Amino acid sequence: MTTPLEENMIHSTVAPPDPAVEGAAVAAPGRDAPIAVKIHSDGAPKPEVKGTPTPQTDVATVPVVRLRGMSFYYGSFRAVREVTFDVPKNEITALIGPSGSGKSTILRAINRMNDLIPSTRVEGEVLYNGEDLYGDRVDPVEVRRRIGMVFQKPNPFPKSIFDNVAFGPRVHGLKGNLNDLVEQSLRRAALWDEVKDKLKQSGTALSGGQQQRLCIARAIAVEPDVILMDEPASALDPRATLQIEELMHELEERYTIIVVTHNMQQAARASDNTVFLNMGEDRAGYVVEMGPTTQIFTNPKNQLTEDYVSGRFG
Amino acid sequence: MAAAAQPGSPPLSVVLRGSAGRRRREQIIRAIFFGAASLSILVSIFIVLSLIFEAINFLAQIGLDQLVALGWFPRRGLFDLRTLFVGSVITTGIAILVAGPIGLGTAIYLSEYAQPRVRRIVKPILEILAGIPSVVLGFFALTWINPQLVQRLNPGAEGFNLMAAGIGVGVLIIPLIASVSEDAMRAVPRSLREASYGLGARRITTSLRVVFPAAISGITAAFIIGISRGIGETMVLAIAAGGSGGSIFQLNPFEPGQSITAAIAALATGTDQVRGASAAFPSLFFLGLILFFLTLSLNLAGDVFVRRTRQRY
Ligand SMILES: Nc1ncnc2c1ncn2[C@@H]1O[C@H](COP(=O)(O)OP(=O)(O)OP(=O)(O)O)[C@@H](O)[C@H]1O
Ligand SMILES: [Mg+2]
Repeated sequence: MTTPLEENMIHSTVAPPDPAVEGAAVAAPGRDAPIAVKIHSDGAPKPEVKGTPTPQTDVATVPVVRLRGMSFYYGSFRAVREVTFDVPKNEITALIGPSGSGKSTILRAINRMNDLIPSTRVEGEVLYNGEDLYGDRVDPVEVRRRIGMVFQKPNPFPKSIFDNVAFGPRVHGLKGNLNDLVEQSLRRAALWDEVKDKLKQSGTALSGGQQQRLCIARAIAVEPDVILMDEPASALDPRATLQIEELMHELEERYTIIVVTHNMQQAARASDNTVFLNMGEDRAGYVVEMGPTTQIFTNPKNQLTEDYVSGRFG
Repeated sequence: MAAAAQPGSPPLSVVLRGSAGRRRREQIIRAIFFGAASLSILVSIFIVLSLIFEAINFLAQIGLDQLVALGWFPRRGLFDLRTLFVGSVITTGIAILVAGPIGLGTAIYLSEYAQPRVRRIVKPILEILAGIPSVVLGFFALTWINPQLVQRLNPGAEGFNLMAAGIGVGVLIIPLIASVSEDAMRAVPRSLREASYGLGARRITTSLRVVFPAAISGITAAFIIGISRGIGETMVLAIAAGGSGGSIFQLNPFEPGQSITAAIAALATGTDQVRGASAAFPSLFFLGLILFFLTLSLNLAGDVFVRRTRQRY
């Protein structure tokens, strides 16, 4: 039994796109063409092969997040230089590149997580559904609620599994049945069956892979639009890593995912689009190449990209 | 030195034996340190034993029924323990009511809100506060806190009273509670804060719902250490609480009173001129023993909580 309110909450992410957003996307045709163009309406079966080039006549996917000439500074050090790329809705976009190329910095700039580090600064634009996230009147708290995050090291709160998942909804005063929401989030994070009998147990007592899925469930519970993942599987064993990747595929139906990874196979397996970053001579990260993952991995345009994805550098 | 490799040098088995002189020196050094360690333990044992011995002596001299009386007037053979107990509890309670919120607020501010620059300024100020001798604070409680604060809010308050003394003790333990709590909160990993902010929690929510519970053991330890310090505090109470000659049993914090510590100070400094007289002098040891066990158990409890904090991460 779900009340209309819950119904609304649960399905909000699959509701038809906001007309304003549609408008924004239509208003700028061609100029900033999304990196991936393919059929993707809700409910339609996903293409079998990731990133298969599709004819231009198809409906373009809507970019949810767009970076426009974004530079990021830690004090006077420019860590990221004029990064521009689009993140299509309901797809997985991977950020790859050598250590220090600014992948985490970019990721954390997208939900204003870097605001927590003193004397950091952003230039250029980070747009979310057409709104500049660094606009004067934007509250970073609201941003983070819509653009959630999963970290490299699983970081469950030292609270019960239930309280971990319920934390976000409680903080935001979400109405509706908390039990249902927790169950649903844990199910979506493919963790429910393993923990349903021990919801009162501490989240920190789970295995690493379970902890990471708990963190994903916790992020999902606030019904974000976008989920940022910074090397979500790097602390996990191969089996848990595959579980997380599989989970990401299931999640992309409802959420837009941006994932940082060091693992080339993972990027190739798990993403629709890839952005390859490199570190310039000034130590600032910049975008070398971006496009559908298959193209980046099988037919890169830039020699640097080819060297990197084939493991010859980095 | 590859001595063994040179021709004509002693065989390896002899070289490996090392020098007998050095081994003996090591043993002597070891003995010295062992002696120092044993001495401190022996002194402690001696003190505790003499406390116990004299306390028994005291209890043997008076009847147990004398431990409940009109008040604590050792000169007159009135040894009402409740008076001192209540004096200690009321003043320590007031002190914690003052220092708890202020100290915790300071800790939350320093650990969660303050820019590094501000922290660099505020922390040393706290340390200065911690360095104020308690005799100065006692005087301050008597001459400023009481007339300017306590008697303003309650004109009926006496010139010496438990309230002013308790506030004075509170001021004394603010830095303690603040710094121990702050350490505990700063020990909470940044990843937990980021998890909270990443879910769209505000700073106050993150502080109160994530950092605070994660640091609860350390914060509990801070309070226990604060209580222990409050119960052990002497000078402020001896100066500002009144009742140096003794005190009637009463519960009103706006009246004078005497704590265990202040009673000991009064007896030991001879304010009571009782040396050798009746049971008054041995009562000193009895009180000392009670105080010792009170603070010992508090410190042990504090230790348990501190250790629990350390284990978590
Ligand atoms: N808090 C910080 N303060 C100052 N400089 C920082 C900070 N965090 C990162 N940097 C710098 O910014 C640059 C980019 O770092 P970032 O962590 O974004 O790289 P990354 O691509 O995620 O690397 P890795 O693959 O090792 O995680 C680096 O030169 C790094 O030293
Ligand atoms: Mg990184």
